[in-house]
Amino acid sequence: MHWVNVPLLVIMLWSGFRIYWAEQEWAFGILDWEWFQFFPDWINEPLGFDRKLARGLAFHLSFAWLFVLNGLAYTAYTAWTGEWRKLVPSMRALKRVPATVLHDLGLRHEAPVKAGYYNAAQQTSYTGIIMLGAVATASGFALFKPTQLSVLVTMFGGYSSARLIHFTASIVFILFFVVHIVQVVRSGRHTFMAMVSGYELLTDERDRESTVV
Amino acid sequence: MSEQQELTVEAYRRRSRRSFITGGVAALAGVAGWRSLQGADPDFRIPGPLRAVHEMNEAIWSTLMRDDHLATEYPISEASVLRVNGLHGIRDDIDLDTWEITVLGPDGEQLGTHALDDIKALPWHEMTIEHKCIEGWSQVTNWQGARFSDFFALYQDRLPDDITHVFLQTPDGEYYVSVDMATMQHPQTLLAYDNFGEAISDRNGAPVRLATPLKYGIKQIKRIGSIQFRRDQGADYWGERGYDWYAGL
Repeated sequence: MHWVNVPLLVIMLWSGFRIYWAEQEWAFGILDWEWFQFFPDWINEPLGFDRKLARGLAFHLSFAWLFVLNGLAYTAYTAWTGEWRKLVPSMRALKRVPATVLHDLGLRHEAPVKAGYYNAAQQTSYTGIIMLGAVATASGFALFKPTQLSVLVTMFGGYSSARLIHFTASIVFILFFVVHIVQVVRSGRHTFMAMVSGYELLTDERDRESTVV
Repeated sequence: MSEQQELTVEAYRRRSRRSFITGGVAALAGVAGWRSLQGADPDFRIPGPLRAVHEMNEAIWSTLMRDDHLATEYPISEASVLRVNGLHGIRDDIDLDTWEITVLGPDGEQLGTHALDDIKALPWHEMTIEHKCIEGWSQVTNWQGARFSDFFALYQDRLPDDITHVFLQTPDGEYYVSVDMATMQHPQTLLAYDNFGEAISDRNGAPVRLATPLKYGIKQIKRIGSIQFRRDQGADYWGERGYDWYAGL
């Protein structure tokens, strides 16, 4: 379920940006200063985002169902097995997030306190990404059937606002993806092995040659 | 699962190997599936399976649709004249004095013709709704005209009971749409001839266009030349170019 997200998210982002291409309304900047236009031609053209609205919609609205089903399956699985306890941060863990982030950026020497299997920043971002998935899904439905699901549109502050939230979610997914990959690479081969197999060779027990789930 | 379970390194290696192989096979299967989807026989310019999902979505949402559910209306102060986004089927000049709508039955038989005054004779309705374009923009705008359901009532007795779609075409035949009957019978589906108290501009579809918040703009045909009541789904300009035939909101 974790790995299924990789192709599903890539397909959703790719087809989503093909839809976005047809009306590129946003840029990142402050006041009159525009720092980054979503998206410049040097991104749109090599990635094939241009002039593919109909195909973008067809892929996006088909794979969206798989994305939703996978998300529901994942949520049901973590609830059923109690895995969510490892993921959802406590209030105390939330307070430790800034310190953990500073440490990972190399700005703070003191190592973060281990909250359990995942550290505070991990718990917060992994729970956050599930919530982001929920927001992307709900705002997606609001955009898909705005007349029938007008209550949902109102919750997102109107159709234009739902569009901006849905688009922002896609950018946050990309940022999460980048940080996630960087952190996995930094933490080494054993973490990657654990992501694939579901089993981890414990650091302090590696010498003793025993492994733990 | 949250309890720790000790494994020997040998068992760990075996499990890891098995996971990598399973993952590799799944990845290959995914790639193969993706390639076969891309290579599937196209159904009007998109892979057939994706067209099937569009049709599945249509079945779901047309079943869920409540006929009495109205789209949100806005104060007219928030509205502006609709942006012109396409000129398919309305590039020629039009002579408003000789223009008329031809009405056809399911077998192509002509049932009647109407000048603008006939449409204006039907009860007047107004709506200020948010128009949505499939390209990703929206705009609150105003439409005034007759309900299509009132127009349909003029012909209902002369038509069979199994009419499911309405096919509308521009006078030059360049642009055409098919719309399901549930949408056409909805109180917010208008044969619009005015907006903001004035005649619709030529580029926005004079003398009469379709206006409904239940469909994207691609279905809201401008400058209607003919209307056919059908027993099946008819042709659709953008449907034939890869878009969803239903295009419902």
